[in-house]
Amino acid sequence: MPRSADTLLEPLTAAMAGISALLLIGMIGFLLAESWPALAHGNWLRFAGLAWYPLEGQFGLAAMGIATLAVAALAILLAAPLGLACALFARFQAPPALAGGFRGLLALMAGVPSVVYGFWGLTVLVPLVARWQPPGASLFTAGLVLALMILPTVALLAHAALAAVPRGLLDGAAALGLSRRTTLLKVAVPAARRGIVGGVLLGLARALGETMAVLMVAGNVVQLPASVFDPVRVLTANIALEMAYATDTHRAGLFVSGLLLALLALGLAWFAARLEPRHA
Amino acid sequence: MLNTLISAALLLSLAAPLHAAQAADNKLVLTGSSTVAPLALEIGKRFEAQNPGVRVDVQTGGSSRGVADTMNGLADIGLVSRALKPAEAKTLAAHTLALDGVALVVHASNPVKQLDDAQIKAIYTGRTRNWRETGGPDRPITVVNKAEGRSTLELFLHYTGLKNSQIRAQAVIGDNQQGIKTVTGNPGAIGYVSIGAAEYAVGHGVPIRLLPMGGVEASTDTVQRGSFPLSRPLNLVTRGAPSPLAARFIAFARSPAVRDLIEAQYFVPPPR
Repeated sequence: MPRSADTLLEPLTAAMAGISALLLIGMIGFLLAESWPALAHGNWLRFAGLAWYPLEGQFGLAAMGIATLAVAALAILLAAPLGLACALFARFQAPPALAGGFRGLLALMAGVPSVVYGFWGLTVLVPLVARWQPPGASLFTAGLVLALMILPTVALLAHAALAAVPRGLLDGAAALGLSRRTTLLKVAVPAARRGIVGGVLLGLARALGETMAVLMVAGNVVQLPASVFDPVRVLTANIALEMAYATDTHRAGLFVSGLLLALLALGLAWFAARLEPRHA
Repeated sequence: MLNTLISAALLLSLAAPLHAAQAADNKLVLTGSSTVAPLALEIGKRFEAQNPGVRVDVQTGGSSRGVADTMNGLADIGLVSRALKPAEAKTLAAHTLALDGVALVVHASNPVKQLDDAQIKAIYTGRTRNWRETGGPDRPITVVNKAEGRSTLELFLHYTGLKNSQIRAQAVIGDNQQGIKTVTGNPGAIGYVSIGAAEYAVGHGVPIRLLPMGGVEASTDTVQRGSFPLSRPLNLVTRGAPSPLAARFIAFARSPAVRDLIEAQYFVPPPR
């Protein structure tokens, strides 16, 4: 590569990377500044409570934090095996024409706006679940809708990881006379593990941050759920529900919700970085 | 969203060229109730469009701020989402801009035709959990409540005398549409929404029913006549005689020219 291009490219990419990093730091700073009226009060323990009645001075975020994790966990528990199965099918088992169409369908699913999933959930899924386990809007329903939303992310990334498994590994497995099942589950999947785990973590991050769909189907009652059929409120929904009409400490309390959510996402990123073996 | 809108409007108005000498004459400051502010903002925009050079600034902060700012002259017009108290009415004059009514709604298939105040309180505090106890079918009640900060919640709490922390809900919703969808999808649900929104939905075949309150039918008519108990006036308040510009704004805000804006926010135009 000519030297002039190098001298131009390097500062440019460095500047872009710097801007991205600054934006992220600025955002955390903004969250802190906006939460300050609630944080400066001292007594941070009140955020650890379960009751959220900001107009009555109760700012407990624990129930919503736990609900956020529970909904995301349920979604990923459903979406991970399903997504991996979809990827294996599309990569190894489906006839080429069908595989192409199936991948297109997954890409289409990934492109559907979340509010559409939410609307479908509210008008179709919630009444269905309500007939079986009232009130219908619940942790379970939210997990189901979210699983559907993150399924394409998990499946497409797993598919890309499986497609990148070196041909030689699969040929070697065939040469050893391994069965199809053993080749897929004991050779291809372990070789693609990093990409698959990456897709799962990306799906989990999306599940944590999703707002509109969850807002419409989770019921939004601030409480620790006693069963998966109890309504719950997640942190994102809390902000979306109340921000429009919140003032003063109430508004600051909502920014604390955002701060907690950012911390959860950071924790997830840290966990992901630790989990990933270096240059495996 | 509201705050953003208002700050955007403020920024825009700051960016507009200032005619220093006329600024005081051509500028109206409105502060107060966050229920009235979105409507006042829309009316203000239309008023500005029809009166070039005039600026209408709308700021929120609650009805009490509207009263206080008008009392001490910080605002030309206060926005107050309740009737004035006798002490306030001595110095301030209220001009009703619109009426806000909230109706309890149930699924159209629910045979319960009415609930008295004690039953409503029992349902919302979780003491009554099945429609059977109110003379209905054996079906669990799904209590639908509003998120904190919403004016419909405030009005409902005021009427029932409950605190939000006493309410045991099975679903919490944001706007009226979400409430109507939730009740539509669940035959055991009970919720409350703006009467305008509920009437519109019923008119379009949505399977919900508005419950009468205290024997009075829930409709925009009864709200307009002032007989529906779960309602309140949305007032523009002024101190003494308003300035000519403020008087013009108030007359405009109470004229048929803004009826569509009032109805778009599911409020009820005042009787005339």
